Amino acid sequence: MSTETPRASEPHEQATGRDPIYDRLHESADFVELRSRYRGFVFPATVAFLSWYLLYVVLCMWAPDFMSTKLWGNINVALVLGLLQFVTTFFLAWLYSRFSTARLDPLARKLDEDYRSGKRA
Amino acid sequence: MDHQALTTVLFLAVVAVTIGITIWASRQTQGAADYYAGGRNFSGFQNGLAIGGDYMSAASFLGISGAIALSGYDGFLYSIGFLVAWLVALLLVAEMLRNSGRYTMADQLAYRMRQRPVRQAAAVSTVVVSIFYLLAQMVGAGALVALLLNATGDAAKNITIIGVGALMIFYVTVGGMKGTTWVQIVKAFLLMTGSALIVVLVLAKFQFNISDMLGTAASNTGKGDAFLQPGLKYGLTTTSKIDFLSLGIALVLGTAGLPHILIRFYTVPTSRDARKSVLWAIGLIGTFYLFTLVLGFGAAALLSEGKYAEVAASGGNLASPLLAEAVGGGDGSAGGAILLAIIAAVAFATILAVVAGLTLTSSVSVAHDLYNSVLKRGEATEAQEMRVARIAAVVIGAIAIALAIPAQSLNVAFLVALAFAVAASANLPAIVYNMFWRRFNTRGALWSIYGGLISSVGLVIFSPVVSGKGVDPTGKNLSLLPTSIDISWFPLENPGIVSIPLAFLLGYIGTITAREPDAEERYTELEVRALTGAGAEQAVVH
Repeated sequence: MSTETPRASEPHEQATGRDPIYDRLHESADFVELRSRYRGFVFPATVAFLSWYLLYVVLCMWAPDFMSTKLWGNINVALVLGLLQFVTTFFLAWLYSRFSTARLDPLARKLDEDYRSGKRA
Repeated sequence: MDHQALTTVLFLAVVAVTIGITIWASRQTQGAADYYAGGRNFSGFQNGLAIGGDYMSAASFLGISGAIALSGYDGFLYSIGFLVAWLVALLLVAEMLRNSGRYTMADQLAYRMRQRPVRQAAAVSTVVVSIFYLLAQMVGAGALVALLLNATGDAAKNITIIGVGALMIFYVTVGGMKGTTWVQIVKAFLLMTGSALIVVLVLAKFQFNISDMLGTAASNTGKGDAFLQPGLKYGLTTTSKIDFLSLGIALVLGTAGLPHILIRFYTVPTSRDARKSVLWAIGLIGTFYLFTLVLGFGAAALLSEGKYAEVAASGGNLASPLLAEAVGGGDGSAGGAILLAIIAAVAFATILAVVAGLTLTSSVSVAHDLYNSVLKRGEATEAQEMRVARIAAVVIGAIAIALAIPAQSLNVAFLVALAFAVAASANLPAIVYNMFWRRFNTRGALWSIYGGLISSVGLVIFSPVVSGKGVDPTGKNLSLLPTSIDISWFPLENPGIVSIPLAFLLGYIGTITAREPDAEERYTELEVRALTGAGAEQAVVH
């Protein structure tokens, strides 16, 4: 720990002190790969779950006859689709967890290592 | 012992336990990272519970089950928006925010932009969202505690509001983030076990046959199959349908822009723990909203005509407590009294945990963003900044109390939805642009934050929630202002469908009409740091 009085934020108009190591990491093949894997997952996934959610809301408001079709007992389409929103949310969360652990974390860890060793050098 | 005495005892127990936690936490709090971010030492699981505790407000616990009990399926629509919204936080926000920020929402913008203007904008929006949310919770607390303790009269409600306000100031100023987090963890535990207990008892009444419960609910309320279908409340006119769509958009995009949720991601050691917290939170919150489905339809199915009328008179808030009484053996039985008291205490703990989180968030933003960066140009020491944070918590708490007392006579039910709409309009576009668009700059950030804030709040001022909605059959004013004033011209009660796209558009136009090479250049650093955690804030080692 340094002995000077700790500052609560950086004391300048715009955070400066750019570290050239970030430029090197940004150019590296590992980082380019990490970013494309990350975006390749989250962008389509976001479009998918938002569309599916909006479709559900629109059906609820504008297709009441379809939604009130009874499937078995008092369980109708609306309830099943609503519960399916829960299922898809849980499923996508699980999928992202698996994907990020297997495909993102190893690359992120490696780049963080590069950063630390670059700092020491 | 009757249920009011028992309820009072349990309320006092909740207060005693949370005060104990707060004092314990204060002994572990040294520097700013402890006070603002709990030392970044919470585990993913602990933070997931705390996020649940921060997020599931009394509006969720009592409000949604009540809305389902009264309006059937339409009440359930809220739950779905509130849950799906977590995917935005999981996929786009939580991890990158953890890696690139420090204490507040503004940090990740200030990382590459002109600090003072963006911090000021983000702090204003943080305080506005938090005050709206806080006000809704505190007015609710007054009404609720009075209802649960059967203490009628304005004096009892005012004392409750002042008491809740004083407690939240105490948690925040003494316990900081550590104390607040543990209060939220305890609350999440109480809420989940309390509602699980009632859910099992309700389902047991129907031999765990959901279809049976739904059928009984439909016939018991006299509304028939319409009770189980969407549209009973929102499907009446095209305007009300568009209004609901607008609300749905604000709910799904607002969560990941709520400042008190965002700062929770800073309390864990790494971005991977931030991800784990959101995964736990999704599991917890999803389960909880499934519970509210059973609580709501269960109340509709099991309550007697008289009790159901009481639920209607309370705007739905009494659905869960009275259901607990009914499944415990009914009015006058020991089991009923015990369960009612437990659920009342859970609701009380729920309110306390949420208001503490909101007060902490806004006071940290005032100290870290406004005081230090805007006023002191970053020259304040950590000790000065923390002192200001504590003072700010007292001031914000006092303002919330002062506003909540007169607001009791007004219809403030719209404030929670408004907080989500403001968060989705003012905060989310700036956060998303900043993380994913190199070209984004200070002007774009300011235009989207202020544009989203002003348009969402402005449209609500000229909407039916503020004036011109008229009175309901019992003569109760449905708008905020007296019926003699009508300044409404915006037809929707929820501004999100206009203000959210507008904020994205303003952020885009503001950006492309200005050049800020520094911001673009520093995006390289932000992007590397956000995705890899290289150089991110470390956990505190004591």
